[in-house]
Amino acid sequence: MFDTLHDRLAATFRDLRGKGRLSDADIDATAREIRVALLEADVALPVVKAFIAAVKERARGAEVSQALNPAQQVVKIVNDELVRILGGETRRLRFAKNPPTVVMLAGLQGAGKTTLAGKLALWLREQGHQPLLVAADLQRPNAVNQLQVVGERAGVSVYAPEPGNGVGDPVAVARGSLEHARAKQYDVVVVDTAGRLGIDADLMQQAADIRDAVQPDEVLFVLDAMIGQDAVVTAQAFLDGVGFDGVVLTKLDGDARGGAALSVAQLTGRSVMFASNGEKLQDFDVFHPERMASRILGM
Amino acid sequence: LSRDHLDEDAWEEVEDVLLSADVGVRPTQELVERLRTRVQVLGTRSPQEVRDLLREELVALVGPDLDRSLRTARHDGRPAVVLVVGVNGTGKTTTVGKLARVLVAEDKDVLLGAADTFRAAAADQLQTWGERVGVPTVRGPEGGDPASVAFEAVKAGIEAEADVVLVDTAGRLQNKAGLMDELGKVKRVVEKHGPVDEVLLVLDATTGQNGLVQARVFAEVVEVTGIVLTKLDGTAKGGIVVAVQRELGVPVKLVGLGEGADDLAPFEPGAFVDALLAD
Ligand SMILES: Nc1nc2c(ncn2[C@@H]2O[C@H](COP(=O)(O)OP(=O)(O)OP(=O)(O)O)[C@@H](O)[C@H]2O)c(=O)[nH]1
Ligand SMILES: Nc1nc2c(ncn2[C@@H]2O[C@H](COP(=O)(O)OP(=O)(O)OP(=O)(O)O)[C@@H](O)[C@H]2O)c(=O)[nH]1
Ligand SMILES: [K+]
Ligand SMILES: [Mg+2]
Ligand SMILES: [Mg+2]
Repeated sequence: MFDTLHDRLAATFRDLRGKGRLSDADIDATAREIRVALLEADVALPVVKAFIAAVKERARGAEVSQALNPAQQVVKIVNDELVRILGGETRRLRFAKNPPTVVMLAGLQGAGKTTLAGKLALWLREQGHQPLLVAADLQRPNAVNQLQVVGERAGVSVYAPEPGNGVGDPVAVARGSLEHARAKQYDVVVVDTAGRLGIDADLMQQAADIRDAVQPDEVLFVLDAMIGQDAVVTAQAFLDGVGFDGVVLTKLDGDARGGAALSVAQLTGRSVMFASNGEKLQDFDVFHPERMASRILGM
Repeated sequence: LSRDHLDEDAWEEVEDVLLSADVGVRPTQELVERLRTRVQVLGTRSPQEVRDLLREELVALVGPDLDRSLRTARHDGRPAVVLVVGVNGTGKTTTVGKLARVLVAEDKDVLLGAADTFRAAAADQLQTWGERVGVPTVRGPEGGDPASVAFEAVKAGIEAEADVVLVDTAGRLQNKAGLMDELGKVKRVVEKHGPVDEVLLVLDATTGQNGLVQARVFAEVVEVTGIVLTKLDGTAKGGIVVAVQRELGVPVKLVGLGEGADDLAPFEPGAFVDALLAD
């Protein structure tokens, strides 16, 4: 039983080593191991299939160099392909020409949106911005209080005109936040929204209404790194329902392999922009595709 | 399984259904092997028969005779104690609220313990749930010692002659040794009042293969007695519990089907499998 792609490939390559080149049989055997390892890393099945096809193609066409053994060559091909899909270079946050810049957060329940709002606020504040957090989750019990606490910890203001817990209209709050931001000279507005399922048509419409009300410069899809095969279904639903420009992967301080990063990047073509890696507001980083590739590969 | 004969593509389709439901590579391969053998032995030909066999195998896997009842009856002159644990954001606090609602409907006196003293507004969230279903919440100072809040909650339950005390804990990732030690301590301190009756591990149905790792570690630290599989109202199938149940022998007892107070139901193997196999 091999736990990581690294172990798996190493075992396969033990057999390949010394042959000097990759035969079709070698490529097939290797592809099977990569398939299993990617599935165990939670890469979604359709993405695994596409990935394997691409890697096989490249492996067949690859110039077989004498300097590297087949194992190293396949690892390099797989790794390059992963990094390419994961986005190569990290995209930066787009700021509006006329402030405020609006960032809207969306995602499944419990993904880490509210915590991320605090992290973004702190990160922006440290770069000299004047961020405003907007409490547009008026549904989940005490989501508003949670954002207020998070805002306090980040040392930023929170726009929370409604108490939540079922009271207030999130679309109106989102709309009102822009006026408030302009009046008080906040230059970045981060809108926290309620968690919602991809198949919840009503709540997806609400998200689209919030989006239309604030015309965000960035809609960020917040995704739990522990998610499994459902990642592609959910990402597609959010893409169709509200649309998003970038992805934030959360809970990367765990030991999940995070194959969802690959699934979503491949499916949507949107790059993962940030990594959330802890419960504290400082536990936040820009996304590093190479690190993620290594993590998925278990190397 | 739409084909009229069982070629390799048809078997791949079976495999794909299971893999796409997060059943995992090894359990899927074992299931398909067993199914192939049975199909050979029985001489089954039609896809419908294979579909029925697959369902049968899966139900046998997830639905063995495990005791799925919850120990929530007062005993030995004190309340039953239920500890709710899991990684971040799976639905622990919500499950405590829903479970309290079920118990109140059974005419039980319930008390909630807010042993998540860490996350922003976690105790407020639990208290809101308490108010919603009409039960009191014992809370401690923010950032305080979760074990002592849990201890105080059970103590209050004993003094009030409550039937059940439900203790909500902070989300924690299983690879954080310090936080897992803290959870072990919460349980040990509560046990000064007597044994904990249920330790419910809350697993999010969207979770992939890491769910098995979560279950292993939590079971080691606090002896999990039951799984609650939440967010089954979404598109995720929750297939990881197949491996969890098999490896740990801990039954799934409850499922979460929404964010409302009434969205908690007993786990039903047949319904779970049907949903898992549905397109
Ligand atoms: N370990 C870890 N925990 C995180 C991270 N991000 C968020 N969390 C935790 O995950 C849980 C859920 O986070 P929230 O920010 O409340 O998630 P949300 O998406 O706003 O949830 P809803 O509003 O209910 O949909 C909390 O316990 C957070 O502390 C992270 O990067 N690492
Ligand atoms: N759709 C759906 N949402 C759920 C379900 N259970 C919980 N939620 C939502 O998931 C999010 C997280 O739930 P919580 O109960 O706060 O989760 P938790 O495990 O207590 O989170 P932490 O304490 O931060 O670790 C909230 O938005 C809940 O409303 C469920 O069965 N279905
Ligand atoms: K489902
Ligand atoms: Mg939130
Ligand atoms: Mg909680």
